Amino acid sequence: MSGSEKDDIVLEVENLQVRFATLEGDVPAVNGVSFRMQRGRTMALVGESGCGKSVTSYAILRLIQRPGRITGGSIRFQPRQGEPVDVTALKEGEDELFGLRGGRIGMVFQEPMTALSPVHSVGEQIAETVRLHTEATPEQARTRAIEMLGRVGIPNPEQRVDQYPFEMSGGMRQRVVIAMALACSPDVLIADEPTTALDVTIQAQIIGLLKELQQELGASTLLITHDLGVVAQLADDVSVMYLGRVIEEADVRTVMKAARHPYTQALLQSLPGLSTEGDRLTSIEGHVPSPMEMPQGCPFHPRCPHAQPGLCDQGEPPAMQAVSDGHRVACARVHEIGGPS
Amino acid sequence: MNAPLLSVRGLSKHFPVYDKGFLRKQIGLVRATDDVSFDLMPGETLGIVGESGSGKTTAGRTILRAHAPTSGSVIFADGRGDSVDLATLSENALKPLRQRMQMIFQDPFSSLNPRMTVRDLVAEPLIIHRLARGDELEDRVVDMLQKVGMQPEHRMRFPHAFSGGQRQRIGIARALIMHPSLVVCDEAVSALDVSVQAQVINLLADLQQELGLTYIFIAHDLSVVRHICDRVAVMYAGKIVELAPTRQLFDSPRHPYTQALLAAVPDPDPDVVMNAALGGEVADPGNLPSGCSFHPRCPLATDHCRSDRPELREIVTDVGVRCHEARA
Repeated sequence: MSGSEKDDIVLEVENLQVRFATLEGDVPAVNGVSFRMQRGRTMALVGESGCGKSVTSYAILRLIQRPGRITGGSIRFQPRQGEPVDVTALKEGEDELFGLRGGRIGMVFQEPMTALSPVHSVGEQIAETVRLHTEATPEQARTRAIEMLGRVGIPNPEQRVDQYPFEMSGGMRQRVVIAMALACSPDVLIADEPTTALDVTIQAQIIGLLKELQQELGASTLLITHDLGVVAQLADDVSVMYLGRVIEEADVRTVMKAARHPYTQALLQSLPGLSTEGDRLTSIEGHVPSPMEMPQGCPFHPRCPHAQPGLCDQGEPPAMQAVSDGHRVACARVHEIGGPS
Repeated sequence: MNAPLLSVRGLSKHFPVYDKGFLRKQIGLVRATDDVSFDLMPGETLGIVGESGSGKTTAGRTILRAHAPTSGSVIFADGRGDSVDLATLSENALKPLRQRMQMIFQDPFSSLNPRMTVRDLVAEPLIIHRLARGDELEDRVVDMLQKVGMQPEHRMRFPHAFSGGQRQRIGIARALIMHPSLVVCDEAVSALDVSVQAQVINLLADLQQELGLTYIFIAHDLSVVRHICDRVAVMYAGKIVELAPTRQLFDSPRHPYTQALLAAVPDPDPDVVMNAALGGEVADPGNLPSGCSFHPRCPLATDHCRSDRPELREIVTDVGVRCHEARA
């Protein structure tokens, strides 16, 4: 990778904090997340339920609703043309924020049935996005909708454009959602669990489509998922999250084959891989603690086989440290633990 | 070999579709589960896999008579009494048998009554069947909770106080407290995170050993099925299209649909490139294609497949395939 390419950061999240006010106190859903997305690449945010990966993606579009709020950090977005934008500083209702959502940053949601309006045809819904973000006339917007439907592999787009979501299967609907997200040629595409609600053969079709579109359109993609198989097939770079923090980041091969954080290692080992049979699965002891009872020290220490009393269970959570070029791990014992066993 | 615990023959469940008019004329028929046959040996785990709408859940429910079957027979013989045909038994005759066959559900959030404590949830089956009371009841609840890895001190808490994995343990305790012979696990680990999923899979395997359970394991996740099952039935559009021992099914899948299903699983190794995906959509069981239901998506389809419905044939010992083109 050349130096200039490496510096072409499209999105930079720095020490992001998101808290939800509840009756029992503030819940820190995202607790100091930092990462950088390079233009034209796909970065995956991976983690289990409650790790804060979806909240992070919502924060990028400023979609966090009360009682949640962004309490700290910055999100810097650098469009292809124009000045960088500090997303956290934008005011609600401002035109610039409006232009980001669905315009320069597109979003694909998990559940294609709830992401689409049941009372508008899919064509109207795509055209609406186009008309909100560009100067297009209704005819141009409709043409764009048909073009996008064709692009995402929907057969007979001229007829399909007037259909309603209920007339389509789950896989087709997800294609429509992708078409809508890409209709305004965004700089960044956020895909939140884009294949989780789909059957496995349909999931394979959508993975193939996303790969194809990546190569064709070169949109930088932020992929939010819990599925390590989907990560391996789609992502270039990976950030693993646990309890509201990024605990390991590297390129996809390094994470899948030479992970250094005990949590990432355990996560990979607990996969009932297609190649294992009969043996007991390696499971992670215990369960993810509630964010209300955040452990002292390293958030993973109560479940970690390598935890060392006096080191891992007190003070601040360990900071990210580099173990090799581009590979950073938040573990105090990373140099003693070594690679995957 | 011993006699099978369960012998399912030609089991079908069809749901009629009515129009919206006053006369409610029948306008269609959804063949949710169609002509399902298999034997299940005591202590065995049979996996049933398929995509949404393949009829796997309906098959599981019809076997336990949660649905009345349209046709077919389900012979159940667990050695604790005469062998009976569950498909035709009256509700009254069925009730005492219910304690010997139990179900574990997918969603631990909606399958547990939020107003009942853990103790009440786990004790309820024993109370309904009048199997225990007083101290014996309490002892059995505590014992069962320990077996599934829960702390008995937590038994006066309500389900909301527990995580997904722990709730699934409560569901398992509730199903197993009556010492059933047959347990149908319907997507029992699908809603759980990977690390917790592994714990629950290990727990189910341990309990099978300890209590001599026979499982029907319904799932859409092939890797989980591979891990836990002895034999696997693959369903497509209501029918079993391949039934084989797990290793054979995964090493040499013979039905083109099984092959496509295995190829569609995203590999966690980034250097393994996924093959071209299967085109088309899952067949609609309310409007099945002629001949083989899979032919519109099948790369091997011939005119024969478009006109004639294939039967499940045993092409190698223990391997049944519903395909005209499959060869040994």
